[in-house]
Amino acid sequence: MEPEAAKFIGAGIASIALVGAGIGIGMIFSAYLTGALRNPSAAPGQFANLLLGFALAEATGLFGLVIALIILFVF
Amino acid sequence: MPNPMLQFEIKRFVKLDLFGLDASFTNSSLFMVIAVFLISLLTIWGMRGRALVPTRMQSVAEISYEFVANMVRDNVGSAGQKYFPFVFSLFMFVLFTNMLGMMPYSFTVTSHIIVTFALAAIVFIGVTIIGFAKHGLGFLKILVPSGVPAMLLPMLVVIELISYFTRPLSLSVRLFANMMAGHAMLKVFGAFVVGLGLIGGWAPLAFMVAFTGLEILVAFLQAYVFAILSCIYLNDALHMHH
Repeated sequence: MEPEAAKFIGAGIASIALVGAGIGIGMIFSAYLTGALRNPSAAPGQFANLLLGFALAEATGLFGLVIALIILFVF
Repeated sequence: MPNPMLQFEIKRFVKLDLFGLDASFTNSSLFMVIAVFLISLLTIWGMRGRALVPTRMQSVAEISYEFVANMVRDNVGSAGQKYFPFVFSLFMFVLFTNMLGMMPYSFTVTSHIIVTFALAAIVFIGVTIIGFAKHGLGFLKILVPSGVPAMLLPMLVVIELISYFTRPLSLSVRLFANMMAGHAMLKVFGAFVVGLGLIGGWAPLAFMVAFTGLEILVAFLQAYVFAILSCIYLNDALHMHH
């Protein structure tokens, strides 16, 4: 295999990390909605935690994206 | 397709050489100066009236003050009020540089890892110094989780040590990756709009409008997360209960 082709395949594999981020964000919002519909009065108090969880989950996937971009543009 | 990474290029405006260090005034420095100028304008000029019924500018300044003050109060408690100015500056700087980057043809300062890493390193070194100043060598107990069997302890201390030292890395890469990925993606979809032309370009254009909205949310959210994680680290150093 040519090294150039291997580079693109590697970058594609590295961006699979975003699958995990997608699952994580979905789980956070589904759990928040489940809780909020059962006890709507407690929901506003947890909104900050929701945003924090969303941002943390998204970031882990983006670490994989950074690896992909490093493979593409640095090597 | 144009290279989506080209927008992050640093251009030198004024060449400056400081004892062999390249300290040129770049477009990155320009946008940092603009951000600091706008924050000063908001806080100093906004609060100039000190009216009981605030004007619009004063209202924005008061809301941002209250927002960060509540964040520090909830996460660190009364001991953290001393560090409120630092957290406020950190939050406003990250927020304004992120938001300035959302304007077309501007430059996103936080899309460079060296900038975010410098901010994260300030937080990390500062928090470590505060911890040692407050607890002395007892601060090392932060590496020992409580209520763990003695046999597991050596392994857990190593894990805690690694997780403590990756804090600045994860803090900086989180902000940097979010900003860079968002802007690169906007650029790629912008190329789709141009490439598909008048007939097919509407679909990616509609997506781009929605995505720009999401990016503005992310710009605020990442500033919030950066500030709140700094508060959490500060709380760990000040109170040390695990």
